Amino acid sequence: MASVSIENSVADAKQKRSRPSRLAPNYWPFVLPALLVVSAVIVFPWVFTLWMSVNSWTLGQPRTFIGFANYVRLAQDMRFWESLWHTATYTALSVVLPLFFGTLAALIFDAKFPFRGLLRGVFVMPMMATPVAVALVWTMMFHPQLGVLNYLLSFLGIGPQEWIYNQFTVIPSLVLVETWQWTPLVMLIVLGGLAAVPREPYESAEIDGANAWQKFRYLTMPMIAPFLMIAVIIRSIDAIKSFDIIYAMTQGGPGTASETINIYLYNTAFAYYDIGYGSAMAVVFFFIIIALSFVLLMVRQRANWSDMETK
Amino acid sequence: MTTSILKPTRRGFLAAGAALGGAAMLGGRPASAAVDWKKFSGQTINVNLVKSPRSETLIKYLSEFETLTGIKVNAEATPEQQQRQKTVIELSTGKPSFDVVHLSYHVQKRQFEKGNWLADISGFLKDPSLTDASLTEKDFAEAGLLFAKDSKGVLRSLPFSVDYWIVYWNKELFEKKGLSYPTTFEELVTAAEKITDPSTNTYGFVARGLKNANTPVWTSLMLGYGAAPINAQGKVDTLSKEAVEAAKLYQRLMTKAAPPGVSGFNWAEAQSAFLQGKIGMWFDGVGFAPPIEDPQKSRVVGKTGYGVMPKGPAAQAAGTFGDGLGVVEASTKKEAAYLFCQWAISHDMGARLLQAGAGVPFRQSILADTKVREGVKMPGAWLDAVAGSGKISKLALPVVIPVTEFRDIYGVALTNMIGGADPATELKNATAQFEPVLARSEG
Repeated sequence: MASVSIENSVADAKQKRSRPSRLAPNYWPFVLPALLVVSAVIVFPWVFTLWMSVNSWTLGQPRTFIGFANYVRLAQDMRFWESLWHTATYTALSVVLPLFFGTLAALIFDAKFPFRGLLRGVFVMPMMATPVAVALVWTMMFHPQLGVLNYLLSFLGIGPQEWIYNQFTVIPSLVLVETWQWTPLVMLIVLGGLAAVPREPYESAEIDGANAWQKFRYLTMPMIAPFLMIAVIIRSIDAIKSFDIIYAMTQGGPGTASETINIYLYNTAFAYYDIGYGSAMAVVFFFIIIALSFVLLMVRQRANWSDMETK
Repeated sequence: MTTSILKPTRRGFLAAGAALGGAAMLGGRPASAAVDWKKFSGQTINVNLVKSPRSETLIKYLSEFETLTGIKVNAEATPEQQQRQKTVIELSTGKPSFDVVHLSYHVQKRQFEKGNWLADISGFLKDPSLTDASLTEKDFAEAGLLFAKDSKGVLRSLPFSVDYWIVYWNKELFEKKGLSYPTTFEELVTAAEKITDPSTNTYGFVARGLKNANTPVWTSLMLGYGAAPINAQGKVDTLSKEAVEAAKLYQRLMTKAAPPGVSGFNWAEAQSAFLQGKIGMWFDGVGFAPPIEDPQKSRVVGKTGYGVMPKGPAAQAAGTFGDGLGVVEASTKKEAAYLFCQWAISHDMGARLLQAGAGVPFRQSILADTKVREGVKMPGAWLDAVAGSGKISKLALPVVIPVTEFRDIYGVALTNMIGGADPATELKNATAQFEPVLARSEG
């Protein structure tokens, strides 16, 4: 009897093992369309970019295989390193500032006061505007002689500033535009988080004598942390790939003071037509983004949704 | 039956009268009757244009060409940067989607030559069945022919519109300081510095300071020192005494007499500043003039002078830029495409271009035509500046493939100079960067 059951279970196991291999060919036709699309729009461009990056190829001229020479050139290219630094600075500021002001705005709009709905609507309006249109309007506002910003500053007794027309103030000025446009997005995300926060812990804290700061620091912050993390991820992705606002406002100038990797890559590939070198830059940029995504995912794990739910 | 001039028959007299009348109606260009405009009727050609007032003029009157020839035209006009990318990418594939291409000579000439992308149209120009007798090489300004012919002297395109760099000057500000229009570089600097008064937000000079856009300002100044960035041997020559002097002049004008923030100014910002009436001189292309005389946009209507570039220490030269129309080598409808190019640069179309202030034709006969000049809406001084610049015209940018890199690399150096960097050192660094780029492109 025992031997029969063992034989049966062995047969079952064999059947289970053999099932996937027997059925797999039937599944392929269903997977194929998606596989083809992914191959065409993701895998092929990626492999082609890799291939181009090991070639010297300028449009209108013959292509030659040069191995890793483009990568070596990249390592020695000061303009590339500067653009990397500009990208890092721009991204960091474009994440931190909207996060700070967005959280502050969410806390304000979470409170009840007259015309709150109307003001929320007004507050999110910048987010709806087209980036290039925003860039053109801000460019006019930043004009050192004709811009409204210097006119407004004159009322405060502050002298005219050069904004995007100065190599030292150009990145902060661009970040100002980015912050103005994307703070509402962070506000909406955090506002969603605040709406889900339970009231009971605050009542307990009040009984224990906690002040407003302590309630924010030890209750609100931990409970909205997952939402803040989502805002950080979205803002980081947006900021690192930012192109339109920078290109429309400064084209990477004055000089190369606001040239991010995106702008440098674009110029290399589509203004200098140096496709090989531009591809090498794209490959390096791709790995930087992969690394950043990995770090963000790890941090997100730490923000720990499940812990909050079980507590 | 025999006839003679002394004893004309009735029939002979009528025939001669009809011939003379016909010739008079054609404005003394009887050979134009030989052009068979309808020869390629029924064909369809695709035309790729740069979006600008010039292409808008062409598109506006396109139906006239279609009626004249029976050729259907699909014209596409895209902004300059995008058009350049699109045309280069398509031409490099060998199968472009267009038969006629609009090219910016000062940026694309050498690149198009090296790629063999444009058809040889020398034969078409000599063919009376394809070319109106009034269209001859001699009619083009010298710069136009330099642009249109390749290094072997083969005609690869028809010069369409020229852009000379002139000095726009505010007569009111000059009068206030008792100054007259400068005739030399030294006078230019002196006038610019005298007009400058930051306390009233008034500045003597403005030009492009933004990287890339600023390079033609420096190279145009360099022409006055009798120098060019690339020498006759095709080598980079930007460390010469003349090149450094021109850079120093640029630095002096842009730091001592230009408004704050000028290092980020492209032509649009410079133009806006000049239109407000607080700038003494603005140095840029003739094509930017129309808004100056538009009361809706300008505070300097009727107060602006248009001056030919003052004389430098070695020469007087107007930096010249231009665009043309070429027939694509890969086109299967070259003759029809050529007819379009010819129509686009014709007397009538050139006159329309000039009178609308949309551009300046390369053809001298159009500029010299009194009737055409009478119809020009811009002030006479502008037209005089155009004609005067034509006489001292010099190509302002080197004819090399990596023009954009040249403009970018030296543009950064010039921006740094506005920030206070030493011109000689900046040029040294820029030259070290550009030399290998040039070597790679021609290698």
